[in-house]
Amino acid sequence: MAILVVLAAVGLAMAAAGAGRADPMQTHGFIVLLFSLGFLCVLLNGYFAPEPSETRLESYYDDPSKAGIVIAMAWAVFAMFIGDWVAWLLAFPDLTFDAAWSSFGRLRPVHTTGIIFGFGGNALIATSFHVMQRTSRARMPDQFSPWFVLIGYNLFCLLAVTGYFMGITQSKEYAEPEWYADIWLVIVWVTYLLLYLRTLARRKEPHIYVANWYYLAFILVVAILHIVNNLAVPASFAGAKSYSAFSGVQDAMTQWWYGHNAVAFFLTAGFLGMLYYYLPKRAGRPIYSYRMSIIGFWGITFFYMWAGSHHLHYTALPQWVQTLGMTFSVMLLVPSWIAAANALLTLNGAWHKVRDDATLRFMMMAAVFYGLSTFEGSFMAIRSVNALSHYTDWTIGHVHAGAMGWVALITFGSIYAVVPWLWKRERMYSPALVEVHFWLALAGTLIYVFAMWNSGIIQGLMWRTYNDSGTLTYSFLDSMVAMHPYYVARAIGGLLFLIGAIVGCYNIWMTIHRPSGAPAPSDDAPLPANLQPAE
Amino acid sequence: MAVGERDPHSGHMTTGHEWNGIKELNTPVPKAVWLSLIVTVIFSVGYWILMPAWPLGKTYTRGLLDNDQKEIVAKRVSAAAEARLGWMRQVETMSYDQIKADPKLIAHVREDGHRLFGDNCAACHGMNATGNPGFPNLVDGDWLWGGSPDAIAHTIAVGINSPASKDTRIGQMMAFGKDDILDNDAVLAVTDYVKTLSDPAWAKGKAVSVAQGREVFAVNCVICHGEQGRGNPEVGAPNLTDQNWVYGGDIGAIYQTIHEGRQGEMPAWEHRLNPVDRKILTVYLLDKGPQP
Repeated sequence: MAILVVLAAVGLAMAAAGAGRADPMQTHGFIVLLFSLGFLCVLLNGYFAPEPSETRLESYYDDPSKAGIVIAMAWAVFAMFIGDWVAWLLAFPDLTFDAAWSSFGRLRPVHTTGIIFGFGGNALIATSFHVMQRTSRARMPDQFSPWFVLIGYNLFCLLAVTGYFMGITQSKEYAEPEWYADIWLVIVWVTYLLLYLRTLARRKEPHIYVANWYYLAFILVVAILHIVNNLAVPASFAGAKSYSAFSGVQDAMTQWWYGHNAVAFFLTAGFLGMLYYYLPKRAGRPIYSYRMSIIGFWGITFFYMWAGSHHLHYTALPQWVQTLGMTFSVMLLVPSWIAAANALLTLNGAWHKVRDDATLRFMMMAAVFYGLSTFEGSFMAIRSVNALSHYTDWTIGHVHAGAMGWVALITFGSIYAVVPWLWKRERMYSPALVEVHFWLALAGTLIYVFAMWNSGIIQGLMWRTYNDSGTLTYSFLDSMVAMHPYYVARAIGGLLFLIGAIVGCYNIWMTIHRPSGAPAPSDDAPLPANLQPAE
Repeated sequence: MAVGERDPHSGHMTTGHEWNGIKELNTPVPKAVWLSLIVTVIFSVGYWILMPAWPLGKTYTRGLLDNDQKEIVAKRVSAAAEARLGWMRQVETMSYDQIKADPKLIAHVREDGHRLFGDNCAACHGMNATGNPGFPNLVDGDWLWGGSPDAIAHTIAVGINSPASKDTRIGQMMAFGKDDILDNDAVLAVTDYVKTLSDPAWAKGKAVSVAQGREVFAVNCVICHGEQGRGNPEVGAPNLTDQNWVYGGDIGAIYQTIHEGRQGEMPAWEHRLNPVDRKILTVYLLDKGPQP
């Protein structure tokens, strides 16, 4: 509560400081103020409420997970809509409608932040709460922290996205929010880490399940990455602008150490946590190999840390750093494929379920795309390949094979699995609509990725083609003209994916609002607190 | 210690752990996995031995191949420049007519000119140099500032109304309406008159207005556009009697031009492109335009 009072004061101060200088931070001050006052009201309300009954301790605390899933889907539709808008904008540049807020440079980070942090982050938080309680057989230690983490995290996302529209950015890809939003995220994230550790400490199982290793790696490493990359000096405490603590090529290297490990620990480790719980649970099969889980996990965590410099091949970055980035990326392929293979082999004995159950097929296809895009990533990290692919749409295609094919598909699969469990329903409102969503998502991803592969390779070749005169054959505009049909195709692929997400929202909404059917599975409850771990 | 059980489907033992119904098999890691891990490690170690790889305080291991990306780029850039040197030197020293007459040389100019024009000029003048509203067509043979090779080369070098060059060409169409040089009736009348210069049919039924416009024109416009309205390349004043319009030739566009004036700007390229590149562009445009 003290935190929220301080936050309200900070919000007021930000608003006042911003107002004095007509800085866009003023708007953010008001948002922070409203947020903290709102949260405070709810909290005071709870303070005077009667003591809750002890029976609550006999069940898992799932309300934050439910809220997180709904929020994640809302972010998904919003950010995919912005993404598809940006895709059409690239094909038809007049779609900014002459406004500053709708220019490409502002919409693009809204899309990436909305998807990665809004959709992905909320889905990770929601499922991690669900998974850590189940696999620890323990209820979360308190009811305040999960809400603080979830709602506080969304305040960060909101500050980030509204900031981009107003032009607030520190110009670091995937780390655009300015210093005050960054500080707030540190507070939220450390609370998240402590919550996770406290729940694990209360576990009634002797061992910690693989999914929790990945979730924990995700939380811990993202904290480190976020803090280091965002070290900056505010130009003034009364304004949004700050300057990075690093300069020149060190700044670029820090940024891509952050950027690539955000892919590794946010978009890979976190979602592998999801995969390792919901896939075997849905398939009803044991994990294929505990030993492969171990070398996969430690291989991924160790090798990924070195790979960031492959984003800076053939730049001012010293060549030896590029060599290390490239070789560690190549070695990374094996543990990545171990994780993908472990998931797919887990399905042995359950392939008939994959055929009939679109939810499980979402997860299977996610593991396939995970394998494909990690192979592609290691391949593109090779310097001579990168010479062709760098700065082209191939990179965009690669990223979306990962983001749509892996991250979004595993998230949709997990959400379709967890929604009936959380809301105590027998199944989703409409399995047919899950099927529709699956095919829309798969078609959208394939159209998108193939369009960008074609576009990227054509672009890369056009940029390096020399004629007999010893000069470049094509002007940059020639390559733009050649891109156009692929940009249209990409926008159509994105549209299919967006429609799929909207279908999913409708299905989830109807599932929640349909009267309760099946009772909860009898084992879906924590063990009493006084029970010792069985060994 | 928990005891494993045998999975009926795969025949492997489980580890005996169970979380919320999830079990794990104790399947050994396949040999192929270890093998591929070893292969990638060997590849990496080999690469480290051959290429610059590990930091050593202020220096780093240089690798047996002595590979240096900066040296390689510098070598390739100078080799490419050398390959172009032959025909580029010819372009530099030969006259415009000589270049056009040499089929090999003009082929080089067309190839390189396409790229130079695309990267530097097409954003305003269009991919085919046919112009855009506010940016003149460069291949219709109608030149605002003169169509001789030297005039074109000079325009490219110094630009028009460009703050980047002290020798820039200066051309300004005054805002006759907005700056109250003429009242609105006079602007409307001279608009009608100017329209008739390229479109005589417009005069039909507007005899009074056109006559009044002719008087206004004689007083205000002939200084730049000439008695006949045929323009003057010395000041970049366009010919008003042809069908080529920079800002549009319909009555509304002509009115707007007279009312608000026009001060188009073309960047000066003398600091951005070297003389040979500018010469290539000049020949490229003359070659693309109508041939005498």
